[in-house]
Amino acid sequence: MYPDDLKYSSEHEWARVGNGDVVEVGITNFAQDTLGDVVFVELPEIGSKVDQFDKFGEIESVKAVSDLFSPVSGTVTAVNEELEQSPELVNSDPYGDGWIMEVQLDDPSELDELMDSETYQGTLE
Amino acid sequence: MAMRTPLYKTHVASGARMVPFGGWDMPVQYPSGIIHEVRQVRNDVGMFDVSHMARLEFTGADAGRFLDTVLSLRASRLEHGLGRYHVICNQDGGIIDDAIVYNLAENRFLLVVNAGNADTDRAWLTSQMNAFAAEGHVDVELVDRSLDIAMIAVQGPNAVSMLDELTGDEAGSTTRFHAGEATLDGERILMVRTGYTGEDGFEIMFDSAHAPRIWNLLIDSGTTECGLGARDVLRLEAGLMLHGSDMTVENNPYEAGLRWTVRPNRTEYIAGEALRKIRDEGTPRRIAGFVMRSRGIARHGHSICVNGDEVGVVTSGTHSPTLGVAIAMGYIDIAQSEIGTVVQIDVRGRMVDAEIVKLPFYRRDRTIKPTALRARTRR
Repeated sequence: MYPDDLKYSSEHEWARVGNGDVVEVGITNFAQDTLGDVVFVELPEIGSKVDQFDKFGEIESVKAVSDLFSPVSGTVTAVNEELEQSPELVNSDPYGDGWIMEVQLDDPSELDELMDSETYQGTLE
Repeated sequence: MAMRTPLYKTHVASGARMVPFGGWDMPVQYPSGIIHEVRQVRNDVGMFDVSHMARLEFTGADAGRFLDTVLSLRASRLEHGLGRYHVICNQDGGIIDDAIVYNLAENRFLLVVNAGNADTDRAWLTSQMNAFAAEGHVDVELVDRSLDIAMIAVQGPNAVSMLDELTGDEAGSTTRFHAGEATLDGERILMVRTGYTGEDGFEIMFDSAHAPRIWNLLIDSGTTECGLGARDVLRLEAGLMLHGSDMTVENNPYEAGLRWTVRPNRTEYIAGEALRKIRDEGTPRRIAGFVMRSRGIARHGHSICVNGDEVGVVTSGTHSPTLGVAIAMGYIDIAQSEIGTVVQIDVRGRMVDAEIVKLPFYRRDRTIKPTALRARTRR
């Protein structure tokens, strides 16, 4: 439920380090389960700047709305446009088809501020 | 500490997420999720534990006449077995609660009220009963039956046929808003053909001791367990008001769209004079339905604006899985309240266009086709 190859924030976002300095970002299984059925994800603009631990969007379920906080600083290079038609992908596949955005890192050392899977799971207990 | 219904352990065993509601620990959703639960009620049959709702029984030769003085309708004139939705108002015409009253038998009435208002209702009705007794009408007694009777709402297009099968054809003979008795799994139950979802169905009441067994029997018969989350979506789609959210004691039944529940021309009715005045003078605002025209969900407390001026406030809002759009209800100035008017709703700082539509959003027989609604509202 919390893959070992991801880095996690205390705000329940994950970051996947891929090719070079671009990371993929989404919300964790705990976050999607707490929200319940997701019906709307407000995606950032491609090319916009995001700051580590600052708000970059909103996610809304049938019952609740929650802010999205970026786990890293950088420039948005891609967003998951599938979520506009199928926001439920965040529930069904939070680490795969339910990804939210890709960010070109400003400072790769910021990743050290994030938790590994085991540490993150420890915060959920 | 929150109270628990006789089905608390059953909900936990089913994996329900429990939340505090009106002083009770209640299931907000089961593992399959709110959208699935909503679809099951719209397409098949679902059930809700509504044992937290307070059930007050009034008995005695003066019971009917007492209820006539405090309810917005003439309860004493209801035929036996018939129930009616209405509001309980104070002397100023403010809505203390909404409720359903049943005339169960000679000198025996059942009043079903909201869990969160139960204490307020009991205190108000008791004080009014004392005033009524002081005028010499002493033969009326109030017994709170909430804890010894469990109540389950069974709702959906297949609810009646399923209950018919389980009760040996006793269910279908009970018509809309009527109460009837039946036998379910060897137990005598009271079934009332009503609900809070916009679908056909029953609310069934029986001895609390049998609650888990009957709940599980209904599951085995194909009923989906549903929580408060789905119940809130279903009632909003059906344009049904939630007291405490869409109306409070600060609202009157005329602005709340409940004119049809009020019979103010009665000398015995304590709110009659105030309500006649409100009716004759008209209200400056009214409740209205809104469909969002682009992404965003209006929620309770969001401002409704026209040309930058605040003209109203949202009281309930959600994503409608049945219609595929976001819907809301709220109060808006009469002058701006015409059907078809486009307003802007302040969704956490983002102004989102919304169109005023006729309530309800969803009606079983003649609802707008979801695809047509989507084409009209999504740009």
